[in-house]
Amino acid sequence: MADLYTVNKSPFEKNSLEDAIRFSSEGASILLIEDGVYGAMAGTAVSDLVANASGRKFYALRADVKARGISEDRLIDGVELVDYAGFVDLVVECDKVQAWL
Amino acid sequence: MSDVKKFMYLNRRAPYGTIYAWESLEVVLIGAAFDQEVSLMFVDDGVFQIVKGSDTSELDMKNFTPTYRTLGDYGVRHMYVDKKSLEDRGLTQDDLIEVAWEDWETEEEVDNIVEVVDSEQIAKLLEESDVVFSF
Repeated sequence: MADLYTVNKSPFEKNSLEDAIRFSSEGASILLIEDGVYGAMAGTAVSDLVANASGRKFYALRADVKARGISEDRLIDGVELVDYAGFVDLVVECDKVQAWL
Repeated sequence: MSDVKKFMYLNRRAPYGTIYAWESLEVVLIGAAFDQEVSLMFVDDGVFQIVKGSDTSELDMKNFTPTYRTLGDYGVRHMYVDKKSLEDRGLTQDDLIEVAWEDWETEEEVDNIVEVVDSEQIAKLLEESDVVFSF
């Protein structure tokens, strides 16, 4: 399994998400956490980053999504919500973790 | 009273990921005790601070959205939100909390002091302020 990329910064403020996608390989898992979850919202000025990234699987940490008042129906299609146990599963399944801050 | 100054708190950071939003709120609440004219401005990711529906139960953090709703009771008269920042984030005023305000002496009431404004209005509001605190 390819690497797990975590992104914890808002895509409106930093280009961490853009770079994580750009420098990831086919088959990568990209997990949005903390302010990174704003990258999972549909209908924003930066939604295309995730919506147009092919060959990557996107996840968002449910606790962070809920804390920010983002309802599930506002997430980009294909983004999967995970809880903390799911986060751990991803870490175990993937070769290694790359943190994009 | 001539020594009343116009304070503007300029909020540009998302809540919870960093401490800026909470610190700003703390300073606003402290400053409210001094009978000044206090306004808040939400720009860029700062608009996320007043999005309704926040649930921090899985986060081990205090949900401070309800605190914003009380600001009217602390004498905050205006909460301005940048229209373009909202649009870039796929948000509208319907996604934002409402904050009521009442003057206890005159009984003047405003149902919601949260107001969406454009860039020109923001420039004017910032210029008219005596002090701008940035968070």
